[in-house]
Amino acid sequence: MLLIHCPYCDETLPEVEFAYAGEAHIARPENPSEMSDEDWQEFLFMRTNTKGPYYERWRHLHGCGRFFNAVRDTVSDKFLTTYQAGAPRPDLDTLLPPQAEGGK
Amino acid sequence: MNAPILAEVPLAHSAAATIRRAAPRARASLRLRGDLAPFEAALGLTLSGRLGSRADAGPREGLRLGPDEWMLHTTPDDLATVTSALAPLYADHPHSLVDVSGREVTVVIEGPRAAELLTIGCARDIDAIPDGAARRTVFDGAAVILWRDSATRFRIDVWNSFAPHLLDLLVIGTRELAAETS
Repeated sequence: MLLIHCPYCDETLPEVEFAYAGEAHIARPENPSEMSDEDWQEFLFMRTNTKGPYYERWRHLHGCGRFFNAVRDTVSDKFLTTYQAGAPRPDLDTLLPPQAEGGK
Repeated sequence: MNAPILAEVPLAHSAAATIRRAAPRARASLRLRGDLAPFEAALGLTLSGRLGSRADAGPREGLRLGPDEWMLHTTPDDLATVTSALAPLYADHPHSLVDVSGREVTVVIEGPRAAELLTIGCARDIDAIPDGAARRTVFDGAAVILWRDSATRFRIDVWNSFAPHLLDLLVIGTRELAAETS
């Protein structure tokens, strides 16, 4: 079972309390009616599906109930960091070295 | 209500732990954002603690579940006082106070191995919850609020429809732990 750090509760808790909620940092367009069908399709359906560090949303469903963002390595399933919703995207360069050490 | 209504009679008792239904409590869900001070003054409770912290005042207990969510417990008689204390604040501080008394039942788990008994359904580290705090979590798939009164006394609030399942699990667990020790 994964252990996930909730940035609101400030505790590292079992995965069963959390729900996955898709890719993070996707802003809903301000004026959907002005968008072309292609752009709207891009917003609705197209995700990066990264192999490696991936920005994603999680929700502490059975806890504080908050949505937050996480960076998870989709290969190793390791969480590199979690941060509050609305916070800027953390720089991957600062996150990756500790992960390399952890893989020894 | 599906769960057995036997407040005084223990549902299970062994050397490991005792399972009882708690006396009925009035419960209210409070949601608000912004300034907490007028609400703290009206309720006589501290609301601004960290998530999972509790505050007691007379019959009232307040638990902070999330950044904008609290669970209030009190006696059935006191609930009307709580409601009327918060109603005048609504105009300046919009909030939501919902009576959820009928939604849940409370189970008391008490005994030297109560914490160990909880691990049959709860993936959390029970010892990491401080005495006098509480957490919303999952117990064998059911959403619960776990109150830690002391290292040997816990309360679980669970929705009515999940209560028979949860009680069955706890009763069986109580017997199994006792069988181990004897």
